Amino acid sequence: MPWTKVYPDRTEFENARKESGKPLRGLTYREAIKEAFTQILEEDSRVFLIGEGIDDAGGVFGTTKDLHKRFGRSRIIDIPIAENATTGIAIGAAITGMRPVFIHMRMDFLPMSMDQIINHAAKWSYMFGGTVKIPLTIRSIIGRGWGSASQHSQSLQALFMHVPGLRVAMPATPYDVKGLLISSVKENTPVIFIEHRWLYEHVGYVPEDMYTVPFGKGVVRRIGRDVTLVGISYMMFESLKAQEVLQKHGVSVEVIDLRTLTPLDEDLILESVKKTGRLVVADTGWSNCGVAAEIVSRVSEKAFKYLKSPAARIGLPESHTPASSALEKEFYPDYKDIVDVISKKVKE
Amino acid sequence: MKMQGIDRKTFIWLFETMLKIRMVEEKIIELYPDQEIKCPVHLCIGQEAIAAGVCANLKKTDYVFSNHRGHGHYIANGGDLNEFMAELYGRVTGCSKGKGGSMHLADTKNGFMGSSAIVGGGIPIAVGAAMGSVMQEQKRISVVFFGDGATDEGTFNESLNFAALKKLPVVFVCENNFYATNSPASARQALDNIYKKGLPYGIPGIKIDGNDVGEVFEAARVAVERAKNNKGPSLLECRTYRWKGHVGPDCDFETGCRPRGELDRWLKKCPIERFRKSILKEGILSIRDIGDIKESLGREIEKAVSFAKSSSFPKKEGLLEDVY
Repeated sequence: MPWTKVYPDRTEFENARKESGKPLRGLTYREAIKEAFTQILEEDSRVFLIGEGIDDAGGVFGTTKDLHKRFGRSRIIDIPIAENATTGIAIGAAITGMRPVFIHMRMDFLPMSMDQIINHAAKWSYMFGGTVKIPLTIRSIIGRGWGSASQHSQSLQALFMHVPGLRVAMPATPYDVKGLLISSVKENTPVIFIEHRWLYEHVGYVPEDMYTVPFGKGVVRRIGRDVTLVGISYMMFESLKAQEVLQKHGVSVEVIDLRTLTPLDEDLILESVKKTGRLVVADTGWSNCGVAAEIVSRVSEKAFKYLKSPAARIGLPESHTPASSALEKEFYPDYKDIVDVISKKVKE
Repeated sequence: MKMQGIDRKTFIWLFETMLKIRMVEEKIIELYPDQEIKCPVHLCIGQEAIAAGVCANLKKTDYVFSNHRGHGHYIANGGDLNEFMAELYGRVTGCSKGKGGSMHLADTKNGFMGSSAIVGGGIPIAVGAAMGSVMQEQKRISVVFFGDGATDEGTFNESLNFAALKKLPVVFVCENNFYATNSPASARQALDNIYKKGLPYGIPGIKIDGNDVGEVFEAARVAVERAKNNKGPSLLECRTYRWKGHVGPDCDFETGCRPRGELDRWLKKCPIERFRKSILKEGILSIRDIGDIKESLGREIEKAVSFAKSSSFPKKEGLLEDVY
């Protein structure tokens, strides 16, 4: 696919490999997802995958490819185009003790499931005093570039963050995508698991064994002293690029990867901001009422006195995604935008 | 009334259960003005035969899903009356620890897995429970109660297709009381044909008198058998009438929501009175027996109300519990 060639970023893995001095096992993000599924399907007979076309030749961009050949179509279930009811069906199966993973090729199809996600999955445990649990993982993918336009590119994580009762995961690295997917399936909670298509070709260290990554624990990807830069999902990689550029200009950037948005690792951000005194958040979604808005609010509530300059949000403008490549370039922020914003911040 | 093939014990159970639902609802009407029950109540007076007739065919292990008008389903499925009343009173001893109220009853011990107040919202969940049962080879069937309004929803149609496609053990029970909130069926549906709505998917449907408990029992028996024998889902359209308003303890004809004459016609079709007559005629119970049953139920209900009122409210620490 042309867009994956535009932004291949293997530096993180290659650097790690060099630093460790020993052979590290590398997988792409897409391979890590498939490996997580293969292992968890093998380990736990309660797990099944369900979604439109998940057993077709492409296998959801390769992440479920041929799994039906190994586990059968009773566990890799193709479904009618009926997003809302099939989400409810997955909820019902989860209530009986199964552990479904619902897969949407595009995040844009989630709005059709909103009744079942918001009114049912999120609330079912609470409404019945915790007597019924919903171990349901809903996986969806953000598209971007190549004329995807307004209905094949949306980043709707803020909608799900807003609703109590849903966990929201946005792993950026192959290591995290495997570990968080396994955590999502194992825990008794509804999880909205969001991937970005541009991450699928990223290579990183992925252990062969099964492991879990905890919810609510972010990581510092680069240590810095002048500004805290929180990068969400794919924007974490743009943040790393910006960090490299800024470093050359003597600006030291601390890059944080939250990994999950709900729960949100607020402590990690506050600790960093107390050190750097500046905050910039780069999200894949709209800025208005978005993830970055929430993070900026929390910092202004709890660490305002540490801020040397106003916090900044980098996200999508108040518009829908245009198809034309000329307009797309204007629509999506990248590392250059981050560099511009931070360069101004450190002078304020 | 259709009474063939029902044994004496079931006869009595059906009668007691219908009466229990009725008396509980009447008690709520009596207590509601005290404003100690601080949640909306959607009463099912007049619809008791459907809950009783369907649940009489179920095992404890079968899955049942309900909706905002779910008191009857909870009671008929064997739900604890103390926990029910405590839930209405918002107490921590309630079946949902006071978090759900009248619209969100659950009783997992008896397979009553929850009630959705979103019209049509529980239907796919019931289908999913049936699928989960099949996947785990549990042989539990799944029953979902919903109103006629729910058949207008996408979830209903999407769920019928999926249940038929996978031949799942589900019984779809439509309680057609001809009103969705205050909109009559004629304002919402081009044809009076709910029971036929599964036919394009290959789901057999039956239209029955929902105020005839014998007819409900028999139709549910056939549908449950089909489900158990891996023959797939069935759709029952049980025609009945909501005696009270959409929500709250009052009738609503005064406000012009529906014509008085219509209510009067249905009052004459009272499912309990019809059943009582048959029972007396068949000599299954005497007037004195019925009096004793009423008295015993009355005591049980009073006890439940006392239990609820004397129970504690949830502590504030409970506010954020059970979110996940």
